[in-house]
Amino acid sequence: MRAVMEPRPAPDAVGPVIEAIGLTKRYDSLVAVDHLDLTIQRGEVYGLLGPNGSGKTTTILMLLGLTEPTSGQVRVLGRDPARDPLGVKRQVGYLPDSVGFYDELSAHENLRYTADLNGLPRPEAERRIAEGLARMGLRDVAERRVGTFSRGMRQRLGLADVLLKQPQVAILDEPTIGLDPEGAVEFLAMIRGLKEDGITVLLASHLLHQVQAVCDRVGLFDRGRIVLAGTVDRLSEQVLGGAYRIHLEVEGQTPALAAALGDAPGVVRVLQEPGGYLVEARSDVRGALARRVVASGGSLLSLRLERLGLDEVYARYFQEARRDG
Amino acid sequence: MAERTEVMQPRAPAPKREGSPWTGLWAVTLKELADHLSSVRMRVLEGLILLTALGTVSAAIQTLRTTVSEDPFLFLRIFTTAQQAGELDYSFVLFVSFLIPLAAIGLGFDAVNGEYNRRTLSRVLAQPIYRDALLAGKFLAGLCTLTIILLGLWLLVTGLGIFRLGVLPSGEEVARSLLFFFATIVYAGIWLALAMLFSVLFRQPATSALAALGVWLFFAVFWPILAGIFAQVIRPIDSPFAELGQLQLRLALSRLSPNTLYAEVLLSLLNPETRALGPVLITQLEGAVRGALPLSQSLLLAWPQLTGMIAAMLVLFAAAYTVFQRQEIRA
Repeated sequence: MRAVMEPRPAPDAVGPVIEAIGLTKRYDSLVAVDHLDLTIQRGEVYGLLGPNGSGKTTTILMLLGLTEPTSGQVRVLGRDPARDPLGVKRQVGYLPDSVGFYDELSAHENLRYTADLNGLPRPEAERRIAEGLARMGLRDVAERRVGTFSRGMRQRLGLADVLLKQPQVAILDEPTIGLDPEGAVEFLAMIRGLKEDGITVLLASHLLHQVQAVCDRVGLFDRGRIVLAGTVDRLSEQVLGGAYRIHLEVEGQTPALAAALGDAPGVVRVLQEPGGYLVEARSDVRGALARRVVASGGSLLSLRLERLGLDEVYARYFQEARRDG
Repeated sequence: MAERTEVMQPRAPAPKREGSPWTGLWAVTLKELADHLSSVRMRVLEGLILLTALGTVSAAIQTLRTTVSEDPFLFLRIFTTAQQAGELDYSFVLFVSFLIPLAAIGLGFDAVNGEYNRRTLSRVLAQPIYRDALLAGKFLAGLCTLTIILLGLWLLVTGLGIFRLGVLPSGEEVARSLLFFFATIVYAGIWLALAMLFSVLFRQPATSALAALGVWLFFAVFWPILAGIFAQVIRPIDSPFAELGQLQLRLALSRLSPNTLYAEVLLSLLNPETRALGPVLITQLEGAVRGALPLSQSLLLAWPQLTGMIAAMLVLFAAAYTVFQRQEIRA
């Protein structure tokens, strides 16, 4: 994974882009982030997953130097955000959860304020603003008051705002929440586009199928800890045992057939379903299952393969965590 | 792992921030100033101040035109001459001291919690600026706005005076009225800093506006009454000396209010005849030469009050700053 990435020429292009060791944040008695270890490589799209209140936003704020960690160490692009927040924030773009703009100003004016805060010279700022608005499909509404913008337009303006400083890292907190499905897909494509520009993306969300669609690696957050991390496929295998689910509609179900199905190579378990069976497997074993149904004298009415996604990983993980707890 | 320990040196016990806290100050100030100057809220306040000021000044000029006595400080009387309107005496300074806090509170009460509620705060602070720049920029922009209003008002009144009275102000009168102008900005700064402090403390703009107005009302109406009551309780009059003591205590208590400080500064600056801001004994007046004080002496008289006001402004701003630095910015 690492070898494919083309490192961007940058003065501090050494080591991982984001590195946290034993990062902890305590609010009085509440532990928001609990000894978090996180390493994100250059050019990765990393998904931070977890239910609301699991410490995702607190982690992000510590990465940006907007909240001081209680203990532990963070390095973003080789800098300590608590000590050199300006150096970090110059190169890291942040799109907050339900981002806000000055409603009485136009899209263009809002972006110009950001450019001014970044100390960009006027001609350069104007060039980047025009470019960003065009890229996000907002050129025609550049002079309209942001108060009249829809949720999707605001979100795209937020991404234009992040890109304005030409960041090396973009941190996006729940970027697709509140968007309609079409808007969300469009927005995810834009996030994917950041990767092509060589920008490292940290995406925090609880909308799993969207994270799954764009992220190279994910970390599952639970009560301030990353409990599972890796690629989506690895996670499904780790948590579910099998990443394939096959629905069989069978006439003439017998216990012997169920046992035969369970014996097929690669099958993890067989569950009874109305009208048939549900088989979980590590690989696509449809052919073997079909043969066994026929061999047992039953008639196979339908066979449907379902790839398991993060939704199941997530649901199963928390189900098991609750049972164990 | 070996490589990691090399990259991540243990954090110094007291991490020092890098980069200037003033980065972005100018950008924030200009943006806020533009917001203030174009906002409806400001237009309403400007209109209100302008109308009342012009009303009082025109009436003062009417009164002054009918007096024939010679007055070396005729020009300053435009600011202070009171007219009767039914039961009430009113003058230009009275209106200014009444309306300026209102304008300052109007500019500052939603400075920080407004950003918070619009969810712009975390986006702005994610830019390469420190919080210092945001708060200081907002304060400076508010102060600049008030300065612009007051400067316009001051020029208007001066012009109106020259035009209607046909008298040119002397150098000393200009100096005194400019000092009055400066004192008014400081007075406005106190209320602006207070309003901003409340905007940091309270999440709802309505709450912070109400709290700031409450403090203003308390000092404008109740504090003088309370100061009198406290003085009576603490120093009951049982001898002539106790009477003086009570008077002094009452004065000291009332000087905790910025309104009193401002009123005393105005008194010594705009009435050159004022020679003391506290009780004066007859023995102290023996052999005194009647007449006006020179500007330097009037300024000396007002100096403690003026520095007290500046200190109050700085303390309130520092309080807002401290609270804001420690605040969690997550929405």
